[in-house]
Amino acid sequence: MQELTTTRHNPQIDPTMHVWGWEIPVYLFLGGLVAGMMIISGYFIFSKRFKNKDCVTYTLPIISLILLSLGMFSLFLDLEHKFFVWRLYTTFKISSPMSWGAWILILVYPVIIANMLMDPPKFIASKFPQLHKIKDYIHERPALIQNIGVSNMLLGGMLGVYTGVLLSTMGSRPLWNSSMLWVLFLVSGLSTAAALVHMIAKDVDERELLAKADNGFLTIEIFVLGLLIIGLLTSSAVHINAAKLLIDGPYAPAFWVFVVGMGVVIPLIIQLLAVNHKIKHTPIAPIMVIVGGLILRFIIVQAGQYSHYLNAHFR
Amino acid sequence: MNSISRRKFLKITGFSVGAAAAATALSPMIKGANRINKEKVKGIQKIPTYCDICFWKCGTVAYLKDGELWKVEGHPNDPLSKGRLCPRGTGGIGAVSDPDRLRSPLIRTRERGEEVWKEVTWDEALGYIADKMQKIKTQYGPESVASFSHGIGGNFLKHTLKAYGAINFAAPSFAQCRGPRDVGFELTFGEAIGSPERTDIENAKCLVLIGSHLGENMHNTQVQEFANAVQNDASVIVVDPRFSVAASKAKYYLPIKPGTDIALLLAWMNVIVSEKLYDVDYVSKYGFGFEQFAAELSAYTPEWAYTETGIEPELIRASAREMAMHKPATLVHPGRHATWYGDDAQRSRAIALLNALLGSWGRKGGFFYPASYSLPGYPYPAYPTSTKEKLDNPGKKYPFASEEITTGIREATITEQPYPIKGWFIYATNLIHALPNQEETIKAIQNLDLMVVVDVIPSEIAGWADVVLPESVYLERYDDLHMSAFKETFIGIRQPVVESPADQKPNWWIAKKLAEKLGLGNYYPWNHVEDYLDHRLKAGGLSLEQLKKEGIIRGPKPPIYFEDGIVPEFPTPSGKIEFYSLQLQEAGFDPVPKFKRPEQAPSGYYRLLFGRAPVHSFSRTQSNRILMDMMEENEVWVNQDVAEKWGLKNAQHVRLKNQDGVVSNKIKVKVTERIRTDCVYMVHGFGHNSKMLKGAFGKGASDAGLVTKYATDPLMGGTGMNVNFVTFEMEA
Amino acid sequence: MARYGMVIDTKKCVGCMDCVVACKTENNVPEGHNRDWIVTVANGKFPDVNLEIQSQRCNHCDNTPCVACCPTGASHVHDVGGVVLVEHNMCIGCKACLAACPYDARFVHPDGYADKCTFCIHSVEKGELPACVSVCPTHCMYFGDLDDPNSEVSKLIASRKNHPLIPEAGTKPRIFYLT
Ligand SMILES: Nc1nc2c(c(=O)[nH]1)N[C@H]1C(S)=C(S)[C@@H](COP(=O)(O)OP(=O)(O)OC[C@H]3O[C@@H](n4cnc5c(=O)[nH]c(N)nc54)[C@H](O)[C@@H]3O)O[C@H]1N2
Ligand SMILES: Nc1nc2c(c(=O)[nH]1)N[C@H]1C(S)=C(S)[C@@H](COP(=O)(O)OP(=O)(O)OC[C@H]3O[C@@H](n4cnc5c(=O)[nH]c(N)nc54)[C@H](O)[C@@H]3O)O[C@H]1N2
Ligand code: SF4
Ligand code: SF4
Ligand code: SF4
Ligand code: SF4
Ligand code: SF4
Ligand SMILES: [Mo]
Repeated sequence: MQELTTTRHNPQIDPTMHVWGWEIPVYLFLGGLVAGMMIISGYFIFSKRFKNKDCVTYTLPIISLILLSLGMFSLFLDLEHKFFVWRLYTTFKISSPMSWGAWILILVYPVIIANMLMDPPKFIASKFPQLHKIKDYIHERPALIQNIGVSNMLLGGMLGVYTGVLLSTMGSRPLWNSSMLWVLFLVSGLSTAAALVHMIAKDVDERELLAKADNGFLTIEIFVLGLLIIGLLTSSAVHINAAKLLIDGPYAPAFWVFVVGMGVVIPLIIQLLAVNHKIKHTPIAPIMVIVGGLILRFIIVQAGQYSHYLNAHFR
Repeated sequence: MNSISRRKFLKITGFSVGAAAAATALSPMIKGANRINKEKVKGIQKIPTYCDICFWKCGTVAYLKDGELWKVEGHPNDPLSKGRLCPRGTGGIGAVSDPDRLRSPLIRTRERGEEVWKEVTWDEALGYIADKMQKIKTQYGPESVASFSHGIGGNFLKHTLKAYGAINFAAPSFAQCRGPRDVGFELTFGEAIGSPERTDIENAKCLVLIGSHLGENMHNTQVQEFANAVQNDASVIVVDPRFSVAASKAKYYLPIKPGTDIALLLAWMNVIVSEKLYDVDYVSKYGFGFEQFAAELSAYTPEWAYTETGIEPELIRASAREMAMHKPATLVHPGRHATWYGDDAQRSRAIALLNALLGSWGRKGGFFYPASYSLPGYPYPAYPTSTKEKLDNPGKKYPFASEEITTGIREATITEQPYPIKGWFIYATNLIHALPNQEETIKAIQNLDLMVVVDVIPSEIAGWADVVLPESVYLERYDDLHMSAFKETFIGIRQPVVESPADQKPNWWIAKKLAEKLGLGNYYPWNHVEDYLDHRLKAGGLSLEQLKKEGIIRGPKPPIYFEDGIVPEFPTPSGKIEFYSLQLQEAGFDPVPKFKRPEQAPSGYYRLLFGRAPVHSFSRTQSNRILMDMMEENEVWVNQDVAEKWGLKNAQHVRLKNQDGVVSNKIKVKVTERIRTDCVYMVHGFGHNSKMLKGAFGKGASDAGLVTKYATDPLMGGTGMNVNFVTFEMEA
Repeated sequence: MARYGMVIDTKKCVGCMDCVVACKTENNVPEGHNRDWIVTVANGKFPDVNLEIQSQRCNHCDNTPCVACCPTGASHVHDVGGVVLVEHNMCIGCKACLAACPYDARFVHPDGYADKCTFCIHSVEKGELPACVSVCPTHCMYFGDLDDPNSEVSKLIASRKNHPLIPEAGTKPRIFYLT
């Protein structure tokens, strides 16, 4: 028998690390969701669907702004030294995903706002009549619109990738230490975004398209999850132990039921049936995808903190 | 009032709720932290003093930063600490800031056991005590006030009590600690081991530890020297039923069945004698009765010992030969807390005899001849003489007791024989945790007319007092000069570093004021303890001013080994090392130790063993927030296989029930491969049930509470406490 | 330039925690928090047990994921001895560095900033030893410049069997345990 004892008893660290509670998973989830929505919105602009007055690209920016701000707020809530938050913007640290994230977010806002200005929501437009002029200015310039679309896709992509990179650069946490993590978070961002947009899109074509896209994303997600786990399982002992946390360890039930089952496989089946017109489109599948995406962030964040090099989870 | 039922006992052991509430109201957090060092000298100040978190008295330097107590370090010039304190000493500043500290004198307002107090002034408290003492004096005589006191701080109070006419003084350091050891060595070499121990661990080439768990037992110099011995590749041999930290450094680890050490010692000696590995010269020169001794040994073969101790004969032989190989620099450590099974003086004698065979007494790497600084005492008036005898050991029941027996005073207090004891004066000893069988202690207390406790925190014993006097902690007071006998001579001072935060007073002040109240002011010809100290120092050509500045003054370094000039002298009846003890024989005891098999545990029970954790001292540091932060509760060590049998999981809580049905607080299980299957182990001093000790209350379990049974050593009255058995009660 | 590191002799260490207490008082580490701590590793079956006691703290790694991930530059490598430090007033308390440390050596100070062992740089810069090293009653801890082949630490590493902690995490820790 090996007995390991430690006298350390630091809050948030012992007996197992739990520096991040609900705030970071929510932040990562919302970031991923917004990233996905930006990509979708940008794609709709880029692919000229914005010409359709009902195009969801006119609804998404305001939702994105709200969700992103909520995400940022929950990140802010997580900071322990809140008065010093401005320190994020007195420097740029090239090696720090967190710093990248801070600056990406600075760029993400104007890009979403540009998207929004293409047709400002009524409640804002009514207060600021000048916005009409901006709107007209934009619509007179197709190249600008193209750029707005492209930049939304680009920054959405960066945002989505960043939510995964933030964790995957942590070599200290074997579970996160996988190059598949950013792909997973990006794809999951896209699938949850597609699911959300699917629910709110007015245009039937768009809805159909999004459901199909979602099925694609979900399919990719299954593969990515598989690759992530296989990658860990074929690595060192600590990585194998980390993978086991999800496969048959303490996080396995939640992982298999909520993430794989209800978050991916079941909605995929439902939506496959729906796009093939075997059953009607209902919000059930999209909601499952969205909830699954949220739980995925929770599990990855929590299990990742639990996963450890020593694998000594002291009593 | 002489008998109390177990129910009553259990009830009153815990403070009643009302009492706790009242007590709480009296003990708000100490607000006075900002009163410390009023002038707030800017920058760093260093003030030398010596430590009092245990009785080792390490030289210390206290640091103040901008007038606030910052840290304490070892005094570099101190032969005991050598500039480094033990963890308890380092955490000693926590005693000053302990929020549970007593802050003003208290007088009990209700029946004993219902702990309700009122805060009073010093004048009232001392007046009350003096009054009761005068009554006891008239009614029973001054001998009927007894005192329990542990440590140097008690000196002044003892002086007052002696002036009053008291003659019964005892400390748990004899009958509950090192008494049997010192007696065993006195019977053999004519001299005791003393404290600090006269063991030359540092220079030992082979060190044998029989249950001495150095490294957990943190007596500073001992541990430092132990580490040096390990560094110097000394062969370490550890005998312990538990795989102690020391065991992990050992070349030979002997996982002995508890209580069978004498069998092992006899077998070791058998090997050494039969293989003629002993120091023949030394033994023939200094030994007495070797032939008879050797003849007795012949029966104790390693094969015989194996059946008793469970230790493989080959391991016994190999370790014996190892010892012999390194003689005379083989130190078979005499231990310190030796009160285990009631045959302890004889076990200690066996250890002494083994050392004698190896020729280590008086030799480098063995036992040195300690030297101490000497200063004349203060010229006080003579104490009154008494016609009565001390009553702790009536009729020399324990013929070889060389100090007073605490439990003897306790017994006399219960039986009122040979004469009644009506007052207890208790200084710095938590008798509830220190003496075996709490029921008897409480029974004795119920017989008193006056019980005074001088303490720094609301300990369990303070909870039973009529008057509680809050003392300043060591960093806030002067004490008597420190002149321990050790490898060289030195003198150290304890002086105040910070002010007491509330109405606490130093023992010298308390003792002097009480003497004045008793009309014994003439015994205190000095006004302030500084005058006393200066007077004594001047008599030795030193001054208080100098010592205050230097903290430690080192004196001459006389020879301490035979090889550098100590003349071998053995103040035994024969004037030699007594391999065969005629005085024991005459008193009806075994002249050569014999092994008697200890009582076995009932089935389903395990022998309860206990010891030290490096970060705590007995029952006195659990409310020190710095040390509590290191370890806030004790655990019960349970062997993996036993745990499996009981379905016990690591870190799960259980209660321990002993053979007499006493159930402990709940305690965490430590499932481990570091202990035998026939015993369990816990650290002493936890499981406080004084609710006023907010930081420590209810944390861990008390070994003392489970020690209801004890085996009295017939030679010297020591109370063997490793004779209790416990079983597990599951906690939901 | 010096590169400070520690060597700890597990043969002598008794796990007494004096190093932990000393760090508390020296650096006023708040109650319930540890900059250093003791890990005990016991292997085997009674009575054939093997014990290693390690006094652990931030390893002041050569490769510092904790510094790399810090978005503000609060976590940094100090000029003196390459000691890894946190500038309290620059720290936002994002805890990325806590998560990034494979040794879990960091914690959030109750005042909000990330905190950990500083190698007692305040003393070291004055030519003194770190508190934990200077109190250790068994003299089992050594501190010094790993780049200086003549330093006590370098010599011990060269002459005795030793191991750092979790080298596979790739941080190149600078505390070595003699066995
Ligand atoms: N069950 C059991 N019993 C034991 C032992 C054991 O291991 N288990 N060990 C035995 C041994 S070896 C010994 S030496 C004895 C020790 O026995 P004690 O010397 O009685 O030790 P403590 O239990 O720590 O009690 C010390 C008391 O002094 C108080 N005190 C601390 N500092 C000061 C101060 O500055 N001034 C005053 N006035 N009071 C102070 C503390 O608050 C505490 O109440 O116990 C013995 N009894
Ligand atoms: N940190 C710290 N250090 C201290 C103290 C303290 O309170 N705290 N107190 C000091 C004092 S006053 C004393 S007296 C000493 C006491 O310390 P020591 O004299 O070293 O030890 P004990 O308390 O007698 O014994 C505890 C050890 O004996 C083992 N043991 C139990 N039963 C047996 C047995 O039958 N045979 C053998 N061979 N071993 C057995 C236990 O497993 C344990 O390892 O510590 C001193 N040092
Ligand atoms: S051994 Fe430790 S607690 Fe005892 S006097 Fe020395 S430093 Fe203080
Ligand atoms: S102070 Fe020294 S002996 Fe004690 S635990 Fe720390 S490193 Fe080990
Ligand atoms: S031990 Fe952890 S905190 Fe310290 S330098 Fe290495 S990675 Fe950073
Ligand atoms: S918690 Fe502070 S030091 Fe750590 S990464 Fe965040 S800003 Fe840097
Ligand atoms: S070097 Fe200083 S800060 Fe680091 S653990 Fe030791 S005492 Fe604490
Ligand atoms: Mo003792």
